Amino acid sequence: MLIVDKERCTGCGVCEANCAFGAIEVVDGIAVVGEACTLCGACVESCEFEALTIEGAEKSVQMDLESWSGIWVYCEFRGGNLATVALELLGVGRTLADARGVKLVAVLIGSETGDSAEKLIGHGADIVYRADDPALHYFTDEAYGAILTELIRKKKPEVVLAGATAIGRSFFPGVANALGAGLTADCTQLAIRAGDGALLQTRPAFGGNIMATIECPGSRPQMSTVRPNVMKQLEFDPSRSGEIIDIDLAPAMLKSKVRVLESVVSDSDDVNIQESDILVGGGRGLDTEKGFTLIRELAKSLDGSVSASRAVVDAGWIGYPHQVGQTGKTVAPKLYIACGISGAIQHVAGMQSSETIVAINRDENAPIFNVADFGIVGDLFEVLPKLISKIEEHRKS
Amino acid sequence: MKIVVCVKQVPDAKDVRLDPVTNTLAREGVQSIMNPYDQHAVEEAVHLKEKLGGTVTVLSMGPPQAEEVLRQAISCGADDAVLVSDRAFAGADTWATSYTLAKAVQKIGDFDLILCGKQAIDGDTAQVGPGLAIQLNIPFVTCIQKIREATDTELVMERMMDDGYDVLAVDYPVLLTVVKDINTPRVPSLKGKMKAKKAEILVLSAADVGADPKKIGLAGSPTQVVDVFPPPPRGERALLTGSIDDQVEQLVERLAVYL
Repeated sequence: MLIVDKERCTGCGVCEANCAFGAIEVVDGIAVVGEACTLCGACVESCEFEALTIEGAEKSVQMDLESWSGIWVYCEFRGGNLATVALELLGVGRTLADARGVKLVAVLIGSETGDSAEKLIGHGADIVYRADDPALHYFTDEAYGAILTELIRKKKPEVVLAGATAIGRSFFPGVANALGAGLTADCTQLAIRAGDGALLQTRPAFGGNIMATIECPGSRPQMSTVRPNVMKQLEFDPSRSGEIIDIDLAPAMLKSKVRVLESVVSDSDDVNIQESDILVGGGRGLDTEKGFTLIRELAKSLDGSVSASRAVVDAGWIGYPHQVGQTGKTVAPKLYIACGISGAIQHVAGMQSSETIVAINRDENAPIFNVADFGIVGDLFEVLPKLISKIEEHRKS
Repeated sequence: MKIVVCVKQVPDAKDVRLDPVTNTLAREGVQSIMNPYDQHAVEEAVHLKEKLGGTVTVLSMGPPQAEEVLRQAISCGADDAVLVSDRAFAGADTWATSYTLAKAVQKIGDFDLILCGKQAIDGDTAQVGPGLAIQLNIPFVTCIQKIREATDTELVMERMMDDGYDVLAVDYPVLLTVVKDINTPRVPSLKGKMKAKKAEILVLSAADVGADPKKIGLAGSPTQVVDVFPPPPRGERALLTGSIDDQVEQLVERLAVYL
């Protein structure tokens, strides 16, 4: 609980201004803590009178943290392919493992995984634990979760990472909860603190309005999911060597009460917008569904994929899997071109981590220009055809 | 069919702004709303109740004012509401929250189905739903975009995946999290609003639900926020100038690395 020392508090209001959660209010010259307090401690540091303290923050469970060792990456395999984010995580995993002087371990779960394990070694893994069985053809939270949970209990890694994909964000929370482990979703930065080996997990909160760094002070493993396109993969090096270990799978572990009847892959091949390097997003400014075809043409000219604001999805011009923003997907492509998107905070929350943002809009006061690296104020129906032909010209030359 | 729906009160995103001077969230005038995904969970629960019979209980963990979203759920067709509220919950991460909700669900009694929104828009973790299922030792499925068939014994549904969707079948009890494609939430009727106004909300403390003090709030949370700071600025507004043809030309030049 956050305690205010009434003798020391001068009612200066610095803590109130520093509280990201609006949980402190100065009433009658004294800071008063409200229900929204998350005990983040930002106010404690801000108070020059040392009037604020957090009490009762002692962790009840103290484990032997030293006995947990190794950096692990769950490497997603679906529909015969390794997810790109798995290779990206081996990139950051390699850095973390080297900082700790420990092994980098990949966990591969699926069926008919072919030479995927070798590929994971070429991308940085020292050891691959492989669970390859026909019963694992379809993803289920229960079987995938049981295998990973059991393996973590046995081998005791200090860190376990997964991609923040539909699969990772589904079964990882179950695994972490079963283990009593801390899990931080959608991290954009991961670092190891020298000494105690704490994993410093940084993630956006409140739709990207603030960044928060999170630790797991008294428990292991430390678990995180990381969005696609955030970390960099290492180049494949066929000369790297590593060990591949096939896991013994008890029949009980392969069972799932949830039965997968079929897996339907969307016929348009660009629904997985989180893995695209280039996204062209369309918004209400396109006026009509016909106007939206310009977005598809621009995306095609760039070999990119199509995304959309909520308004456009609600209008039925394109499906929900393409929606970017707070109630859609969060994306971080190399290039995001927002066309006719005003830039409501709900949309910006889903795309502001993109490397380069271009905005095209007829309203020069549109908030989208505040997050754009390059902006063109103009009529989409004039700008887009010119842009498409210019790009095609450039690519031909 | 006994259905429990978990809902959360969150700040309305459109009101949340970063104060450019102090670099903190300007919260003045920020309205609290029911988490948008949870509105779809409530709608689906009420829809299933209308089809199969039964009751819908809404459950929230939060400060006393979270009662508002529980009343909103009742106005949309839920039968009763439970609020678990205690200062001792402060600092709870997703583990401690799912533990607390599990204790509350056990207190409520038997259930067949638990529905949650995919995630809350203030934390965006999507971890409490699966965590609650693990705590209750029941199966879960996340990101349901459609329930195709619902009978007294089985559900057949579609789970949204990155590359399409999976079709799944499961028996009760089960916990599902839903995405917004699943339905369109109804507008509360006048009768519903009257009912919500009069409804008695059952408020339970940590002790009432029999929660272990070591497993709630900050003490029960494996994760801890150690720092909050503003995101790095993205730079200045950079509007290109000149005729449209000039601007397009400049843009293509600057984007050459991506072409």
